[in-house]
Amino acid sequence: MPFIEINGKKIEAEAGSMIIEVADCSNIQIPRFCYHKKLSIAASCRMCLVEVERAPKPLPACATPVTEGMKVWTRSPKALLAQKAVMEFLLINHPLDCPICDQGGECELQDLSMGYGQDASRYTEGKRVVKDKNIGSLIATDLTRCIQCTRCVRFGTEVAGIRELGATGRGECLEIGTFIEQSVSSELSGNMIDLCPVGALTSKPYRFTARGWELKQTPSIAPHDCVGSHIYVHTRRNQVMRVVPRENESINEAWVSDRDRFSYEALYHSDRLTQPKIKLKGEWQTVSWQIALEYIANRLSQIGSQHGANAIGALLSPNATLEEGYLLQKWMRGLGSHSIDHRLRQSDFRHQEGAPLFPGLGLPINELEQQSLVLLVGSDIRKEQPIIGLKLRKMALAGGKALVVNPVDVPFNFDIALKSIVCQGNLVLGLAKIAKALLNQSEIHFAKEAAWLASIEPEAVDIQMANLLRASGKKMIVMGALAASHPAFSQIKALTQLISELSGAKVGILTDGSNSAGAWLSGCIPHRLPGGKSVQGEAGFTIAEMFEKALKAYVLVNVEPHLDCIEGAKARRALEQAEFVVAINTFESPSLQKAVDVWLPLAPFSETSGTLVNTEGQWQSFVAVANPFEESRPGWKILRVLGNVCDIPDFDYETCEDVLAALRLEIGTPELTVIKPFCVDPIEYLANTDEIIRIAPIPLYASDGLVRRAPALQQTKDAGFRGLQINRTLATRLNLVGEAVRVQCEDCVMQLPLLIDEQMPDNTAMIFSGLEDTVSLGGPYSVLKLENI
Amino acid sequence: MGNKMTLLKRLRHYVKSFLLWELLLGLKLTGRHLFSSKVTIQYPEESIPRSARFRGLHALRRYPNGEERCIACKLCEAVCPALAITIEAMPREDGSRRTTLYEIDLFKCVYCGFCEEACPVDAIVETGLSEYHFEKRGQNILTKDKLLAIGDKYESQIAVDRKEQWRSED
Repeated sequence: MPFIEINGKKIEAEAGSMIIEVADCSNIQIPRFCYHKKLSIAASCRMCLVEVERAPKPLPACATPVTEGMKVWTRSPKALLAQKAVMEFLLINHPLDCPICDQGGECELQDLSMGYGQDASRYTEGKRVVKDKNIGSLIATDLTRCIQCTRCVRFGTEVAGIRELGATGRGECLEIGTFIEQSVSSELSGNMIDLCPVGALTSKPYRFTARGWELKQTPSIAPHDCVGSHIYVHTRRNQVMRVVPRENESINEAWVSDRDRFSYEALYHSDRLTQPKIKLKGEWQTVSWQIALEYIANRLSQIGSQHGANAIGALLSPNATLEEGYLLQKWMRGLGSHSIDHRLRQSDFRHQEGAPLFPGLGLPINELEQQSLVLLVGSDIRKEQPIIGLKLRKMALAGGKALVVNPVDVPFNFDIALKSIVCQGNLVLGLAKIAKALLNQSEIHFAKEAAWLASIEPEAVDIQMANLLRASGKKMIVMGALAASHPAFSQIKALTQLISELSGAKVGILTDGSNSAGAWLSGCIPHRLPGGKSVQGEAGFTIAEMFEKALKAYVLVNVEPHLDCIEGAKARRALEQAEFVVAINTFESPSLQKAVDVWLPLAPFSETSGTLVNTEGQWQSFVAVANPFEESRPGWKILRVLGNVCDIPDFDYETCEDVLAALRLEIGTPELTVIKPFCVDPIEYLANTDEIIRIAPIPLYASDGLVRRAPALQQTKDAGFRGLQINRTLATRLNLVGEAVRVQCEDCVMQLPLLIDEQMPDNTAMIFSGLEDTVSLGGPYSVLKLENI
Repeated sequence: MGNKMTLLKRLRHYVKSFLLWELLLGLKLTGRHLFSSKVTIQYPEESIPRSARFRGLHALRRYPNGEERCIACKLCEAVCPALAITIEAMPREDGSRRTTLYEIDLFKCVYCGFCEEACPVDAIVETGLSEYHFEKRGQNILTKDKLLAIGDKYESQIAVDRKEQWRSED
């Protein structure tokens, strides 16, 4: 490793690294704009010019590799003169409108101009003006301020994988813009705001509302996906003003998804519950906590004694914290019911007994990028787990191969080696063909499996996939949301297991919500206690059974069942027939007013402390960043007091940490027999291939109550198309013309706008779920009838 | 020796007492002021001249076209040593950066004039007004409307004072 000398200090540098990297490692400040450690080197701003021995002119530190014995001076008269000259040029075209610029106070240009700028400008000519562009609801532009560092352009090309912003023109005429007057729609676009060193790209929802120096920064964990990105929440006067990423090399690096960044906007939505409310004789009354809690205890014990404790069921959001989950199950089990579930978007619960301790990726998130092959099963990864999408992109860029089995031909931001798009959402058939191809090539004889897959005929693409899967290297099968919500999920699990055994690939699953793993660990499942211990006696009802059996009472913790559950309509019907429904929710859902009997205001992630377990099994605790809004209270406090009011023993926790400690103690070292998923049932595939089957993924920005109420996110394309998407072949076959169609599903008829989308395979229709408009249409994989209006 | 001095002192004291010497001295002072020129100002009918730099009641100014000057940069709020200024800002309908709330708590204000000094657009100023009072709790908070109203009312004087100040600074 070469030794170099910076400002007289001898430093051992890594061969091939740039001067600026070495300087950064040894805390030597070199001014820069275009250089960013996560992006490629552009060397366009020239701010990092330093003096190097024997070099006739100052050299850019970001683009000069170190050599043995190199002597660098970052603050010599020659270097300073060059840096000051560059700053003067940069400021020539900059509008210097810091007082009205949102970046003011946290601007790299402002900071560096304090050190390298002159007190007065010598420039008297006209300044460059660039017209602002409207690039969507998330990013505000003021391109006159742009210093053309092209960090945003490089982010799009290199990291996000979609070239949405580009630079046109040269020199002074260089302009940043979208290619064809489009909006920026990447699920990671918000990171450009952080990257922009000046105020050219700023956050639109945060626009003009606060200044950097007023904000208090508290570390937290993003509450929307199973990645558990590290974030900072910025508050002012006890109010959340914005969310920015917190660097964590092993999880989210320097990025955060737009969902995690902009969902804070919903925190003070008008739907937010401010006080406990109970419905008495059809009239809503605002009551004190004491009255509300006692009312709940009375009604639940009444229902318990009348209909048995099994008539009470609880639903927990997969975003709820570990503590909330633990206390909820302890309370419900104290009441005598094991019917607790958090698997809101799962419909197949066969093989739940043999499941591992918690569903997850099975390896650190960072190791995804080192895989040589990843088979994605039923996943629109970019719109489900944007950060995992980034990791897979890194893997693909490093030469890894990505294979896809999907019911919709969704676009990816990385190269897909092979894809198998299945019709009618039949992932089982898609996987079975790959498994069969592997079986055919296998030397070992799997008799049972071969019989199971006897009737399956692999196609050319499946054989190619099998060939790739058999190649050596680190391999991974990742199941996504569309697989997990499939009605034959247990068969998908069995088939992925088979493929894994035949190919040596590991199997992982990406779960909904930020704490699915935690919910499994804390016992929020009907058949297991905390730590994976089996329930003594009969297990409780799964979520599907809870709705099927029409229970007498439901407890909801941060769940809006009609939108969050896979069978929204069924969920709402079940709640409406119930005698008593308690909703411990952050928001009051207008369309649940009929069903709910008690609303308890729950504090969202920003106002409670708690722990989330991410998909790799990391327990990540966070603290409240603001006081609870009005009368709302943290979930663990509400559930603790509910336990007290219901006279359940051992329910005296003083702090959130107490709850966590109790849970840790109870989990101990889990002993669990994981049973290999194997289905003896015949492979389920549809007999009638002419039927139109509905695929109902959840749009990126409809994944939970918070996201659904974030206005800026709702204005983006990813809020979901509120209509029907089919391909042209199907539209022609059914002779569908016009803008809208009549859609019939069982006994529900609805008129929906029609979008011809070639991503859809034959006989498959996509209508998003999780949207208020289409709740009554039923669940996914139902048979649709389409006709002209 | 000491006895002699005491005697002399005592004698002088007697003479002074009989001649009402101290009284005459006092009357001399009174007499001098009785005929000298007067410094008393008949407040509130009269007032003393005030420096253009006097720091009294605050005001928010407007441009001649009626547009408010304040651009919600929040520098005054940041510089205020007494934390007397509270600002909330949002984009106005035309997209410009404007305050939705601008309040100065006169109980907290120490009239240091830093806000004036920090303002990049000469929006917040301290006028020469020192005659104001509050009758009810809450009136000590100067809202944006009040501040703009004060600005509108005294704009002519404020403009003259600013000009005077700049001249003295040059």
